[in-house]
Amino acid sequence: MNQPIYLDNAATTRVYPEVVDAMSPYFTEYFGNPSSVYSFAGKAKEAVDKARAILAKGIHARPEEIYFTAGGSESDNWALKAAAEAYGDKGKHIITSKIEHHAILHTCEYLEKKGYEITYLDVDEKGSIDLEGLKRAIRPDTILVSVMTANNEIGTIEPIEQIGAITREHSILFHTDAVQAFGHIPMDVDAMNIDMLSASAHKINGPKGVGFLYIRKGVKIRSFIHGGAQERQRRAGTLNVPGIAGFGKAAQLAFDHMEEHAAYEVKLRDHLIEKVLEEIPYSRLNGERHKRLPGNANFCFRFIEGESMLIWLDRQGICASSGSACTSGSLDPSHVLLAIGLPHEIAHGSLRLTLSHENTKEEIDYTVKQLKGIIERLRNMSPLWEDFVKNGDA
Amino acid sequence: MYSEKVMDHFTNPRNVGEIENPDGVGTVGNAKCGDIMRMYLDIDENGVIQEARFKTFGCGAAVATSSMATELVKGKTVEEALQVTNKAVLEALDGLPPVKVHCSLLAEEAIHAALWDYAKRHHIEIEGLEKPVNDIGEKEEAVEEDY
Repeated sequence: MNQPIYLDNAATTRVYPEVVDAMSPYFTEYFGNPSSVYSFAGKAKEAVDKARAILAKGIHARPEEIYFTAGGSESDNWALKAAAEAYGDKGKHIITSKIEHHAILHTCEYLEKKGYEITYLDVDEKGSIDLEGLKRAIRPDTILVSVMTANNEIGTIEPIEQIGAITREHSILFHTDAVQAFGHIPMDVDAMNIDMLSASAHKINGPKGVGFLYIRKGVKIRSFIHGGAQERQRRAGTLNVPGIAGFGKAAQLAFDHMEEHAAYEVKLRDHLIEKVLEEIPYSRLNGERHKRLPGNANFCFRFIEGESMLIWLDRQGICASSGSACTSGSLDPSHVLLAIGLPHEIAHGSLRLTLSHENTKEEIDYTVKQLKGIIERLRNMSPLWEDFVKNGDA
Repeated sequence: MYSEKVMDHFTNPRNVGEIENPDGVGTVGNAKCGDIMRMYLDIDENGVIQEARFKTFGCGAAVATSSMATELVKGKTVEEALQVTNKAVLEALDGLPPVKVHCSLLAEEAIHAALWDYAKRHHIEIEGLEKPVNDIGEKEEAVEEDY
């Protein structure tokens, strides 16, 4: 096997050749700055407008509500910090969840240092936030609720529409980090009452380094990057025209094929989940069984540690991850797995496999076969397994 | 991120397993932190380590340092084995990434825990040996039952 089996599509995805084709003219041919006056720059401006229209339509927003950024983390930072600043007079309380991406959690920690108070909502054992808990957490000084659309580690899809209904009722801003969900599951900012939404291109077969923040018209947050008058004076910096053109193309493909790709991925994912749970003893699925992202599977295997598993999988030509790619340098087990109530020693033995419609059943079968052998091998050298077998308490 | 030696000891760990009726066995670490090492020693009447085996729950570095530690103490006297420090393990492996250096400390402690057990069983005192901080001996943290 020369090409690795790529099962880490939540970390990033392959850029489609047609996306690269959509980008390349804006590097070499129509390289003009879209902010320039002369007609030569018109082509670049057209490309940006076209992409903006596609992205807006895909989430039922207006083109002027889409603000291009350098990616999901920037969008999350902008939404939280700028909303905190703009609405700080009204109150200093923000509600989020314990299982957000670190782009949200670390921004919240930063805001705490700046005098804001953050409530981190608990999730149940499947990773869903409790709507009653949300209602109870709302105070007169609550200015913002930020809950992710779908979790990047365990794939659980949150009740976004219901959250939106609650925040609307209380006239509180609602932001959602939709980086993992955008382009994979349907999103509608009106039906879901979303005021701000973060998305990223490289999770949907687009290029890295480009994303957007949707800001509903009327939300008064200001600029995060100061400088030129780009993006209606709300996000300075020369537009990443090739990246934006690629984002538009990737999004168009994602929207056009959403149902078909999701159906295929769900079938493949369910096959993977069933096979793992059936063939590997003392394994468990993390997250919702059905209400999860089409391509996401996340397991824990008792008595072994995740990194060892990843190194072995890599040697068999399989790209996988333990928690999220962003935290793989850290020694702590995943905050998401701890939040759903797993003890540390079990959370350490986690494996995330995220599929795309380009994966095949053969790849999945090969992966499970390898995984089975690897886990057996690691258990045979695990003192936890030794004690478990000796004590015989199943 | 790992050296070739670390990868070699991770993928072909030396001396994995248990020793029946060992002269000393020690378990160190903490499942919470994700590393547990257990070392078994077979020590003859002259105080020479004839056999060393290990079982480890942990990352690639934890497995590799355990493997290297068993290699380094084999054939040594108890006193010599005490000199196998985390530095010695680190050097023998051509180093570890900074976040993984604690694994080599754990390997040193695993040796000490096994020697501590040996001294206890044979009612002797080994000069310079202290009970390791992370010695968890018998009282293993039970893994949650309802799984």
